[in-house]
Amino acid sequence: MSNYSTTPLGKANWNTQSARHLLNRAGFGGTTAQIEALRAMGLDGAVDYLLNSGTTQNDAISTSEFDSTIRKPLTVEERSMVQQARQSNSETVREQFQKLKNQQDGLDRAQMQEIQKWWLRRLIQTGRPLEEKLTLFWHGHFATGYRTIEDSYHMFQQNQLFRAYATGNFADLVLRILRNPAMLKYLDNDESRRGRPNENLARELMELFVLGEGHGYTENDIKEGARALTGFTFEDDTFRFAANNHDGESKTILGQTGNWDGDDFARIILSRRETSEFLCGKLYRFFVNDGPGMPDAKCNAYSNALAAELRKQQYELKPVLRMLFCSQHFYDTANRGATIKSPTQLIVQTIRELGTPPRELSSLNAAGDLMGQSLFMPPNVKGWDGGQSWINTSTYFVRQNLAVYLITGLRPDAFDWDADLAKWDTTALEAAILSATGGDSSKEADALLDLVLAVSATEARRNQFRAYVSGLTGSLTGPRLVAALCLVTAMPEFQLC
Amino acid sequence: MQPNTPLTRRIFLQQGVTLASLVATVPWFLEKSALGMLSADSRVTSQAGVREDRILVVVQLGGGNDGLNTIVPYGSDDYYRQRPQLAIPAPAANNGALQLDSTIGIGLHPNLTGFKELVDSGRMAIVQGVGYPNPNRSHFASMDIWHTAKSQGRSNGWIGRYVDNACSGSPQADAEVAIGRTAPLAMFGDLHKPVSFENAKLFQWTGKELPASLELPYETMNRAGALEGVAAGSQAAFLMRTALDAQLSSDRIRAAMDKTPLVSYPNSQLSSQLKSIGAMIRDQMKTRVYYASIGGFDTHGGQAGAHGNLMRQVGDALLAFQNDLKAQGNDSRVVTLVFSEFGRRVKQNASGGTDHGTAAPMFVIGAGVNAGVHGTHPSMTDLDQGDLKFTCDFRSVYATVLDQWMDAPSKKILGAAYPTLKLLRG
Repeated sequence: MSNYSTTPLGKANWNTQSARHLLNRAGFGGTTAQIEALRAMGLDGAVDYLLNSGTTQNDAISTSEFDSTIRKPLTVEERSMVQQARQSNSETVREQFQKLKNQQDGLDRAQMQEIQKWWLRRLIQTGRPLEEKLTLFWHGHFATGYRTIEDSYHMFQQNQLFRAYATGNFADLVLRILRNPAMLKYLDNDESRRGRPNENLARELMELFVLGEGHGYTENDIKEGARALTGFTFEDDTFRFAANNHDGESKTILGQTGNWDGDDFARIILSRRETSEFLCGKLYRFFVNDGPGMPDAKCNAYSNALAAELRKQQYELKPVLRMLFCSQHFYDTANRGATIKSPTQLIVQTIRELGTPPRELSSLNAAGDLMGQSLFMPPNVKGWDGGQSWINTSTYFVRQNLAVYLITGLRPDAFDWDADLAKWDTTALEAAILSATGGDSSKEADALLDLVLAVSATEARRNQFRAYVSGLTGSLTGPRLVAALCLVTAMPEFQLC
Repeated sequence: MQPNTPLTRRIFLQQGVTLASLVATVPWFLEKSALGMLSADSRVTSQAGVREDRILVVVQLGGGNDGLNTIVPYGSDDYYRQRPQLAIPAPAANNGALQLDSTIGIGLHPNLTGFKELVDSGRMAIVQGVGYPNPNRSHFASMDIWHTAKSQGRSNGWIGRYVDNACSGSPQADAEVAIGRTAPLAMFGDLHKPVSFENAKLFQWTGKELPASLELPYETMNRAGALEGVAAGSQAAFLMRTALDAQLSSDRIRAAMDKTPLVSYPNSQLSSQLKSIGAMIRDQMKTRVYYASIGGFDTHGGQAGAHGNLMRQVGDALLAFQNDLKAQGNDSRVVTLVFSEFGRRVKQNASGGTDHGTAAPMFVIGAGVNAGVHGTHPSMTDLDQGDLKFTCDFRSVYATVLDQWMDAPSKKILGAAYPTLKLLRG
C-alpha cells in the first residue's frame, strides 16, 4: 500500500538509495561519493544541507556580468530623428536605424547564447543544487521567453531574481516578478494604461502564477486586476511606477473593493487558500511524481498538509520543502523513479552522476532544444508541461544519442554537435562497481544497473543486461564499461528520475 | 475472442471514414465499443466522420519572403518606381515575369517555372495579400503568430490543436511529422507533439556500432515493450512502450526512405525534405500533417541573386513533389500550403535588398484546388508607412483548409470564425 504520510522517514529507512533519491530530486544527482556523504549526514542533516547550501562556496561559478547596454533605448535626440524620418518618409534615416537595430539584434542573440551556456555551466558545476533546481522551477512557473522580449540582459536579470528567491518567500517573489522588466515586457504590462488596460499579466497572475485556473475568479476579476496593474512598467533595466498611466479609481477584485494597485492585487490573491494549494500541486509534480493526473485524489491529504504549512509559514518555502523532502510519501516506492527527467535534468544529471566531460555547452543547449527544453525559451507562458510530454518517438532517440555523446564524445552527425574526443575518465565508476561487487565479477552487471538507474531494474531487464555483460571478455572497465554504459543509458528506465 | 473480431476490427481501422454512417444504425453499446476499439488500437484514429485519408503538407519559407518579387505586379508603375533595381520586368521583356493574369498585370518570378506549370495544370491556387492586423515585423514574433494563429502569438500551435481535436483520447504516434532540426511550434498541441527529424538516418540510436555487439542487446531492450513486473500505467511502462514505438517508427520511416522515388527530385534542401515526405505518403503512413521548411528569405542585401535561387528551389521542388504524388496516385489526397512569416517592404533599400514588410501571397497546391489567383493584390499606392495592407487574413486560409479539407471545426481550433475562401473544389 502506498504511504501518503508527511511524517518524516524513519532512521531505519534512510539509506544509500533514499539519499540518492533525495539528491536526484532536490538536485541533479551525484557521484557515489557525494551520495555517501549525504547519507552519512542522516535525513535531517542531508535535507538541512540541501536547503541551506546558500553558504556553500560557489566561487568557481561566480556570477559573470553581462552587457546591459546592448538594448539601449533611443535617446531623445535619436527618437526625434526617427520621428522626422517617418514624417518626411526619409528612407536613409530609417535605414540607418534599421541597420543599428539589426546590429543590436545580432549582438543580443549572441549574448543570449552566452547566457544559456553560463546557466548550463552553473547547473553542472554548482555546489548548491537545490538553488539551481528551484531556479529552473521558477523559470518554468513564471515562464518568460526571450523570443518575445528579445532582451538577453532582462532574461539574465530575471534568472538572477529566481536564484535569489529560489528557497525564499513566494509572496515576496510574486511582488518582485510584478516589478521584473522581462515579465512586464513579456506580458505587455509596459503597454497597459489607464483607460485601456492590457489584461495579459492580470490573467496569468490568476490562471498560471498564483491562484490557478478555475480557482474562483471571474473574467471581471481579471479586468479589475488589469486596472490595478496599470502603470507597472520599466525604464531601461529597472521597474518604474508610471503614476500618470495608473488607474487610481476604485476596483473590486475577488469581492474586495478599494483603490488597488498591483501590490494590492497580489496581496488579495495571495490571501486565498487556493494559492497555497495550487503552488503545492506544482511543487508536487516537480519534486514527487509527474505521472498523468498527479497529484491525484489519493494525495489530497498530503498536498493539503503541504499547503497548510505554506500558509502557516506565510509563504516561506523552506519549511514546506523540508516537510516534503523528509516525508515518508516522498520516499515511498510508488514515487521512486516516478518522474521523467526534463531535458535539462537529463543533461546535467548524466554529467554530474557519471562524471563525463561536459563536452561542448553549445552542443548541449542544441540537444536541449531538440528534446523540447531550450533554457530561456519556454514554448509559451504556461512553461513546460513536463512528465510524459517530454517523450515522443523523436525526443526519445535524441535522449539516447545525447548520452552516447556525453559518454563517448562522438557526435551524432548533422545535429551540429561538435565531436569531442576528450576521454571520459572511468576510474570513479570502476571503483564504485568494485566496491559494490567486492570483486565478484558475476555481480558487475547488477551493480552497474543499480548505480545508474533510478529504479531497481526488473528481473527481465537484469537478465538481458547480464547476458550482454557475461559475453564480454574481461571485467567492466575501460572501453567495456563505456560500451556497457551506452547500453544502460539507452534503456527506457534511464529516462526516469 | 470471437473469430470474426479481428476482421471487424480491421474494417473499423481501415474505414474510419465510413464509421459515421455506420454508427447511426448500430446500437449504442456497439457504437461505443467500435469507437473504443478505434482509439485503443489504431495508430492514428478518427473521430466519427473525420476523414483520415487526407493529408496536409505545410511548407515554411523562413525569413520573410519577398511577395512582390514572387507574384510580380508588373502592371503597376509604382512597383517599378519603388524598386528601380530589384523590380522584375513585364512578361514580354527579357527575363521577365511569367504571365499569370494580363488584365490586372501580375506574373510569377521568372524562376518559378515550377509554379507556372502547377497553375497551368490546375494544381495551384494563389492567395493574394495574406497577412493579419497590426503586423509584427519581428521574425520570431510574426512566426509565432502564424504558428499559433493567435494575434499575440502566445498559445500552442494550430496544427497541434487540429490533431488533438481529430485524434481524441490518447496521443497517437506519428500523427504529425516535421522534417527539420526542431519541430515547429505550429505542431505542438496539448496532447500531441510532432515527430521530427532532420535526416531519417538520425532517427535511430547512434550507439549501435560502438561496438557492433551493442546492436542486438539494444534492440532486445528497446523492442520489448512494457516488461513483466512493471506496473501498467507507470512512467516506466510508458517509456518502454514509447521505446518500442520509436523503433517501429524508425524502421518504417527508414524503410520508406530507402525506396527510389517514382520521379526524380532536383538537388536542394527543400527538395530532399519533400522527397522524404513523398516517400512517407507513398508508404501509407497514417500521418495527417507533414511540415517542411527552408530559410534564407531575409534578403536585406543583394537580394536579386539570392532570392532568384530560392524561387528556383521552391518552384522546382514543389513541382517535383506534386508530380511524385501524382505518380503514386496520391495527388488527390494531399494539399500543400506554402507561407512565410511576412513579406517585405515595397521600396528597395540602399543595399540592393528589402527590409521586413507585411502582406504577401500564400500558395495552396494539390489536385483538388481551384487553380488560379484568388483575392486582390494589395494596393501599391495605399500603403501603411511604406508597407502593403493585407487583403486576406491568413486564418481564413487555415479555416478553409480545416473546414473543407480536413473536415475539422475551424472555429474551435482557431478560436474564432474566419470566413472561408473558395480555394478547394467540392
